Amino acid sequence: MPRVVVDVMLKPEILDPQGQAVANALPRLGVSDVASVRIGRRIEIEFTGEPDLDRAREIADKLLANPVIEDFTVRVVETDEPVDARQ
Amino acid sequence: MTARVGVVTFPGSLDDGDAARAVRIAGAEPVRLWHGAPQLHGVDAVVLPGGFSYGDYLRCGAIARFAPVMETIVDAARGGLPVLGICNGFQILCEAHLLPGALTRNQHLHFRNRDQILRIEAAGTAWTNAFQPGQEVLIPVKNGEGCYVADPATLDRLEAEGRVVARYLGGNPNGSQRDIAAITNEAGNVVGIMPHPEHAVEALTGPSLDGLGFFTSVLKHLVGAPA
Repeated sequence: MPRVVVDVMLKPEILDPQGQAVANALPRLGVSDVASVRIGRRIEIEFTGEPDLDRAREIADKLLANPVIEDFTVRVVETDEPVDARQ
Repeated sequence: MTARVGVVTFPGSLDDGDAARAVRIAGAEPVRLWHGAPQLHGVDAVVLPGGFSYGDYLRCGAIARFAPVMETIVDAARGGLPVLGICNGFQILCEAHLLPGALTRNQHLHFRNRDQILRIEAAGTAWTNAFQPGQEVLIPVKNGEGCYVADPATLDRLEAEGRVVARYLGGNPNGSQRDIAAITNEAGNVVGIMPHPEHAVEALTGPSLDGLGFFTSVLKHLVGAPA
């Protein structure tokens, strides 16, 4: 069953203290070449019928993201295809 | 006639009991409203209390905004019904677009729980007319996601229109832009505040009685309001 993946990220100008906390922890792992970390949210939606990107966009705009502070993208992924987390 | 002030209970509300008690101490009749029922039972004003509605899932206030009771409240607020959102209630008002901006994770990531001095800057709203402009009040603050953010144009407009209702004094507990603790809508009937006036209405339990002013304000407003 194909799914719609919604990625929600804080807008670039909004401070992300969680991401900063993670970035600040990285030197403790011996990682010193990371300039910044930002944390978002990934939501997977399965429709009862065909995946509907317009509908997903509406859901994202009204509920999944807060357009005041967040941007989102929507895309369809096939279930049998490995989900590309590398972008 | 005693004013009737509705207090909404969402799943996960914590301060609905204290809010109802503050309403009673101020001299009004609290009316408990349920998130799942659209009826407002003819109340004269509404308080959205603090807590963690719907577990704060997704974003604070994001799911509560779609509760049946909120659809009625949003319509009524646009028609002038006084609505006070405290803490989680403030978050819900922003999510419902009754107030601009958003509340985000405290900048230092710590939950802050302390008594906080505020300066009342807008004493003309339905919920602050018992105060003097510039008056300092002491009210508990307790939040993890109380950092108020909005784009610079929105912040400038809030300031220019006198819609910053209260600012933090003596240290900003959450990183809110321009030290904003409370704002109002254009009409002044909807107010969102991050600290908790309902916890400062009795000497036994609060750091002051300063919170009572928010609740007596709305009674004053209702008496003066045209029918």
